[in-house]
Amino acid sequence: MKIKAYYDVVIIGAGPAGMAAGISCYDNKASTLIVEREERIGGILKQCIHDGFGVIEFKEKLTGPEYSERYIKIIKDKNIPIITKTFVLNVEKKGNFKLTLINPKEGIFNIETKALILANGCRERTQKQIFIHGSRPSGIFTAGTAQYFVNILGYLPCKRCVILGSGDIGLIMARRLTLEGANVIGVYEAKKHPSGLIRNISQCLNDYEIPIILSHTITKIIGDDRVKAVEISEVNEDMEPILGTEKIIECDGVILSVGLIPENEIAESLNIDIDKRTKGPIIDQNFMTSENGIFSCGNALHVNDLVDYVSESGRYAGLSAARYINDNYERKFISVEKSLKDFAYIVPQYIDIKSIKDKVIFYFRSMDIKENVKIYIKCGENIIFHKKYRYLRPPEMERIEINLDKELIKGEKSIEFIMMEG
Amino acid sequence: MREIICILCPNGCYMKVANTNDKWIIKGNLCTKGRKFAIDEIKNPKRTVCSTVKTRYSKVPRLPVKTDDDIPKEYIFPLMKLINKVVINKPIHSGEIIIEDVFKTGVNVITTSDLFYLLGTEEDG
Repeated sequence: MKIKAYYDVVIIGAGPAGMAAGISCYDNKASTLIVEREERIGGILKQCIHDGFGVIEFKEKLTGPEYSERYIKIIKDKNIPIITKTFVLNVEKKGNFKLTLINPKEGIFNIETKALILANGCRERTQKQIFIHGSRPSGIFTAGTAQYFVNILGYLPCKRCVILGSGDIGLIMARRLTLEGANVIGVYEAKKHPSGLIRNISQCLNDYEIPIILSHTITKIIGDDRVKAVEISEVNEDMEPILGTEKIIECDGVILSVGLIPENEIAESLNIDIDKRTKGPIIDQNFMTSENGIFSCGNALHVNDLVDYVSESGRYAGLSAARYINDNYERKFISVEKSLKDFAYIVPQYIDIKSIKDKVIFYFRSMDIKENVKIYIKCGENIIFHKKYRYLRPPEMERIEINLDKELIKGEKSIEFIMMEG
Repeated sequence: MREIICILCPNGCYMKVANTNDKWIIKGNLCTKGRKFAIDEIKNPKRTVCSTVKTRYSKVPRLPVKTDDDIPKEYIFPLMKLINKVVINKPIHSGEIIIEDVFKTGVNVITTSDLFYLLGTEEDG
C-alpha cells in the first residue's frame, strides 16, 4: 500500500475501537487511514481467548479472536487502508494535524490529516504504581502479560500463584492458569467488594473453588531471583494494612490485576482536557475532545467492561469525524452535571447543542453498589429521561440512549443526572 | 433453595432457585434463558471450555480453540488433557473441528482463529 500525504481522518490504534471507527469513517466517504503499532491488528482481543464477547453487538457469545476477526474481515473486504508496525511519534496542530510516524519500511515520515481519532486503548497498572515493598524477583506479572505468555506464546508463567486485585482479567487468568495446571491459591482484593463482573466471579473462581479474600492485600514480596512467598495483610477501611495480621504464603508467582488506565500520551501532548474520574479525554456527544477535530473512543476514552460498547463508541467517533471534515462547525457546550458521590463518572461530559442531530448515548458508572434506584435526567425543569435499576454496581457500566430535543435544551446551561432511592 | 448467578450475558442475574414437588420456582432472572440455565445448573451444570492448542509454526505457536457447545463440568479437566495433546501441522481456518464428539457428548472442539490469516499465507499457498 502506498501511503498518501493527506487523509481526511487518521485513526490511531486497530483494536476493537479503531477498527469500528475506521469502518464507519470509510462508510461515510472520508479518506481513512488506520495506524497500528503492533504487527497484527485486533488489539487485546487477540489474547482474550475466552468467550462472552459480542452478546450485544452480534447477539451471540464469541471468543476474543472470533470477535476481532469479524471486524478484520470487514476491513479486508472493504480494503480500508491500514499500516501496521507503525508508531506515532508526534502530533502537531498546524491548521490540519501533522503526524510524525515511524516504521521499519518508511523510517520516519509525515502524514497530514484533518481529523484524528484516538483509539489507542488503555494500559494495566503495574507493580510500580501500587507500591509493594520487598525485592524485585522474577515471577511478578500483570494479568495481561500472564495472558500473553499463556495464550499467545504457550508458556505457563508460574505453578503456584496468588492474584492481587479482582479485576476481570485477573479473574479470567485465575481460571486459565488453573485449567493449564497451575495452582491458584487465591485472589486478594484490598477493597470490600470485587472489582470484576459478578458472572466472572461465578464462572472463573467459584467453578474452580478459588477463594476470593476481600479487604486483604500483599504487603511484601519475598524472594531473590524468583518469587518465593508473599506477605498478605488485612486492610482497614482506609485500605491501610493492619499490623499483626501478616501471613506468609509460599508461591512462585504474583499476578497483578489492579486496574486499567486510558493511554493518553498523545492527548496530553496536545493539551486536551482530561477527566480526573475517567482519566480519559473530556468529550461531547460526538466523541470530540476539547480540541476541534480530535476524537476519542474505546478504552482510551474510559475503561469499558464490554467490548461491544468499545465498538459502539468507535462507530460513533468514526461517523462524527466523517461529518466533521465535511461540515466544519463551531461548537457551543452545555455541561452534563452529576452528584460526585452518586456517580463515578458520566461520558460524555458536555453536549454540543449546535450539532445535536440524533440520539445521544451516555455511559456511566455508579460510585457504590446501589439497589432499587431511579436515574433521572433533568433539563431545566423538565425530566427528559427516567429509569429504574434493580442494581447498579461500579464494575458494570450502564448505557442510556435518549433523544435530545434541540428546542428544549436551548437556553439551558446544563443537563443534570440525578440518582434517587426507591 | 440455591442462589445462582447466570453467566449467559453481562446482566449476570442473581437467581434464587427452588424445586418443590417437581416444580421449579425461579426468581430474579430477566429472561427465559436464565430459567433454563438455572435448572441446568442444578441438574447438570455445563460450561464452554476455551483453550489453545500447539502448532508447529514458530510465528504462531498456539492457536485458540473452544467447545462448540457447553459440556458437563466434570469433563472440563479430562478435556484439557485431550486438548493439550493436539498439534496443528497445517494451516486451518476458524471454526474447523479439531476434536470430534468429545466424550460422546456430541460437542466438538473447534478453532476460534484463522491460522491462514495469522501466518499471513494465502489459502492455496
